Amino acid sequence: MSSALGHEKKCRGYAAREASGHLSPFEFTRSAPGSKDVGFRVCFCGICHTDLHQIRSEWGSSVYPMVPGHEIVGIVDEVGSEVSRFRPGDRVGVGCIVNSCRECNACKRKSEQYCHRGATFTYNSTDREGTITYGGYSDYMVVSEDYAFKIPENLPLDGAAPLLVAGVTVYSPIKYYQMESGGRNFGVVGLGGVGHMAVKFAKAMGMHVTVISTSPSKEEEAKKSLGADQFLVSRDEAQMKEAKGTLDFIIDTVSAPHPADLYLDLLSANGKLILVGVPPEPMQFKPRALVSERKTIGGSMVGGMEETQEMLDFCVKHNIVCEIEKINMDYVNTAMERLAKGDVHYRFVIDCENSFRAS
Amino acid sequence: MRSFRVLSKEEGSVCLSVSWLEVPERRKEGSTVERRIVPLVLSSFHLLTARQPQAGHFQGKMAKSGAKECWGYAAYDRSGLMKPFRFMRRPCRPEDICFQIKFCGICHTDLHQIKDDWKEIPASYPMVPGHEVVGIVCEVGGAVRNFKPGDRIGVGCISNSCGQCDHCRKSMEQYCERKMIWTYNDKDIYIDGSPTYGGYSTLMVIPERYALRIPEGLPLDAAAPLLCAGITVYSPMKHYDMERGGKSFGVIGLGGLGFMAAKFARALGMRITVVSTSPGKEQEARTSLHADNFVVSTDPRQMKAAEKTLDFIIDTVAAEHSMDQYLPLLKTNGKIILVGIPAKPLECSALSLHSARRCVGGSLIGGIRETQEMLDFCARHHIFCKIERIPISYVNEAMVRLAKSDVKYRFVIDVAASTPPEFRPIQ
Ligand SMILES: [Zn+2]
Ligand SMILES: [Zn+2]
Ligand SMILES: [Zn+2]
Repeated sequence: MSSALGHEKKCRGYAAREASGHLSPFEFTRSAPGSKDVGFRVCFCGICHTDLHQIRSEWGSSVYPMVPGHEIVGIVDEVGSEVSRFRPGDRVGVGCIVNSCRECNACKRKSEQYCHRGATFTYNSTDREGTITYGGYSDYMVVSEDYAFKIPENLPLDGAAPLLVAGVTVYSPIKYYQMESGGRNFGVVGLGGVGHMAVKFAKAMGMHVTVISTSPSKEEEAKKSLGADQFLVSRDEAQMKEAKGTLDFIIDTVSAPHPADLYLDLLSANGKLILVGVPPEPMQFKPRALVSERKTIGGSMVGGMEETQEMLDFCVKHNIVCEIEKINMDYVNTAMERLAKGDVHYRFVIDCENSFRAS
Repeated sequence: MRSFRVLSKEEGSVCLSVSWLEVPERRKEGSTVERRIVPLVLSSFHLLTARQPQAGHFQGKMAKSGAKECWGYAAYDRSGLMKPFRFMRRPCRPEDICFQIKFCGICHTDLHQIKDDWKEIPASYPMVPGHEVVGIVCEVGGAVRNFKPGDRIGVGCISNSCGQCDHCRKSMEQYCERKMIWTYNDKDIYIDGSPTYGGYSTLMVIPERYALRIPEGLPLDAAAPLLCAGITVYSPMKHYDMERGGKSFGVIGLGGLGFMAAKFARALGMRITVVSTSPGKEQEARTSLHADNFVVSTDPRQMKAAEKTLDFIIDTVAAEHSMDQYLPLLKTNGKIILVGIPAKPLECSALSLHSARRCVGGSLIGGIRETQEMLDFCARHHIFCKIERIPISYVNEAMVRLAKSDVKYRFVIDVAASTPPEFRPIQ
C-alpha cells in the first residue's frame, strides 16, 4: 500500500452495524498520517472480550458502524516528518488507547488510561477531530507515534497482538500492587485470555500460582501447559474452604456477575482482590471481610504507554506470548459466538493481512 | 456527691445503697443550665450475681486465691439493658498488671454487642462491655518491667493474642493468625478460657504486653476514646501512607471516629473534607475541626462538585450504604477505607473502581505498638476526644442517645466516681 492517495487512506475492514453485533465488510477512510503519526499495514488483530460487549451494545455506549479491535500489530508503512521512533518496515503495535490529553497528572505520570479528560480509545470513541475511531479489524491503521508500541523482534507478531490488552491488563496491577516481590501466593479467577496471561506472568515472576475456575476440566491444562501450582474449582465448597486464607493477591478476570465474598475468603490478612473484568451488576461483598483482616478490593484498567512497552520487553525476556487460535476475517462471527461460550484457547487472533489480501 | 440508703419497694424491701451524683444538665442551645440528679450506682448484692458477696473482700482486697472481687455494669440479655454485676478478676500472674479503672469510653461496638447485633460475634451474657479503658496501676506481677503502681495505664480492644504468629511478631495483634482476644465478650483461650469482661467496671487485669501508657500530657478521661476511636482511624492513615502532607483527605460521618479522623488529618497537614448527611454539622466541622470543605452527601450537586477531589476517604458509617455513591469523590489511585461495619453487604461497581484504579479497603483498630505511637502522637499534638462524661448509672440512657447519634463526640463513663464505696481503693 502506498501513501500517494492524497489526503485520506482508503481502508477495508469489518464492522457491526447494529446491536445484533453481526460483523460484515465495511469500507472507510482514515486521515493520512500527520507529521507525528505512523501509518501501518495491520497484520494481526486479537479479539478481546470487550469487542463482544461493544458490538452488542452491552455497555450502552455503542456507535455504529463500529470497527472493533484494540490488539493490533503490523508493519510500518509510512511515518510523518517528526516521527523519531519508527521507520517504514518496523514492527508496530496499538492497544486500547490512541490519544489522551498529555497534560493532566495521570498523563504526566504515564497512566494515560486514567487521563482526567478521558483517553481516546482505539475504537468506538471520539477523537480530537470529533470523528469516531475505528479499530483493528481492518487492513490499515494510522496512529500518533506516542501511542504506538515497538514490538520486539523476538516476539511472534500474531502471539504478541493480545499482549496489548489481555497482557497489560494483568501485568499492570501485578506491578502496581507489587505482587511480584517475594514469592507471593497469587491467585487468578477465570482461565480465559486474560487469566492465562496472569498465570504466565506470575510464574515468570516466581510466584506460587493458584487458578480458580468453575470448570474442573481446565485443571490439567492449567497445571501442565501453563504451570499453575494449584487449581481450585470455585463451586467445590470443600476445596474452597481448605484454601481459605492462603492467597496474598487475586486477580479476578471474570466479567459475569459473581459474589466477591467467595474470593475474599481465599485471601490472607492484608490480601488484595483486584478486579479486571467488568461484571454488569455491582459487586457485593461483606464489609467485615475487609475490615477484620484489612483486605482490599481494587480495580485496574489496562496499562499506560510506558508500562505496556515494559511488558513487551518483559515478554521477550521470559519468552511469553499469548496462546492463540488464528482465524480468517470471515470467521469472525463464528468466533464471537464461540468466545461468548468461552470456547477458545485462549485468544482468537484475526489474520488481517491475509484476509484482506485474499478478498 | 451524696450517698445514703433507701428502701426499695420494687426489690422486695431490700436494703439498697444508692449514691447520687449531681451533674449539670448539658447545655443545649437556647436553654439554661439546670442541675439534674442521676442515680450513680445501685450496688445491691442481691440484685444480680449468683456469687454471694463476702464482707471483707471488697475495698479492693484480694480473696485468698488472689482473685479480686470486681464490680461493674453488665448486659444480661439481648435487650441490652445494663445493670450492676459483680464478678472476679484473676490474680496477677507474673506478667500481669492490675489497675483501678478511672474512665471508660462508650464505643458504638458496645451498643451492637450488648444487643447481639452481629452474627459473626455472638453475644454471651452477662456481658461487661468497654474497650476504651484507662486507669491507675495498683499492682504488678514480678515479671512486669515497664509499669509500677501509680502509673497511668490504658487498655483498648485487644487483651491477648498468640504472641507468636507473623502478625503478632510485627505487633499487628489485631490480625493475629491464631486468635486475638477481645477485651470483652470473648474467652481468653491463652489463659484459662474464662470470659473476658470490659471496662464498665472497677478493676482490670491485663498482661503487660497489651497495656498502654497514657502520656502525662493527656487528660485521662478524654484519652480513653483514643484507645478505640482514635486508633481505628490512625492505623489506616499510617498503613496507607495518608500522612504525606498536602494530600486531600475525606471523612464520611462525623461521629466519634470522624471527629478523631479530622483531628489527625489536621495534625498531619492534610486538606480535610467532611462528608455528612447532616447540613447542621457544617459549622462545627469548619470552625472547631478546621475542615476545608463540607459536603452534604444527600445533595447531588455538592457531590458532583466534589468528584475526583480526594486522595483518601475514611468511611466511618456503620449504616447500610452504597460505595458507588462515594467512589467518584476519589482521584485516580484513591482509596476508601471502611472502619465501620455495616451489617448488610456493600455494593460497588467494577467500573467505578477500574476507571481510576480506586480501591476499597478496610481496617480494624490497630496493633499495640501502633496504639502507643498514636498516644504519644496525641500528647505531642494535643489531640484528644471531645467527650461527655457520665456516671455509670446513666449508661442505659447514654446507649439510647448514642443510637440516635446524640453525643458530641463520645460518652465517657466516670467509673471512679461511680464506684460503690466498698469497691474503692483503700486510701
Ligand atoms: Zn490526561
Ligand atoms: Zn470500639
Ligand atoms: Zn498471633
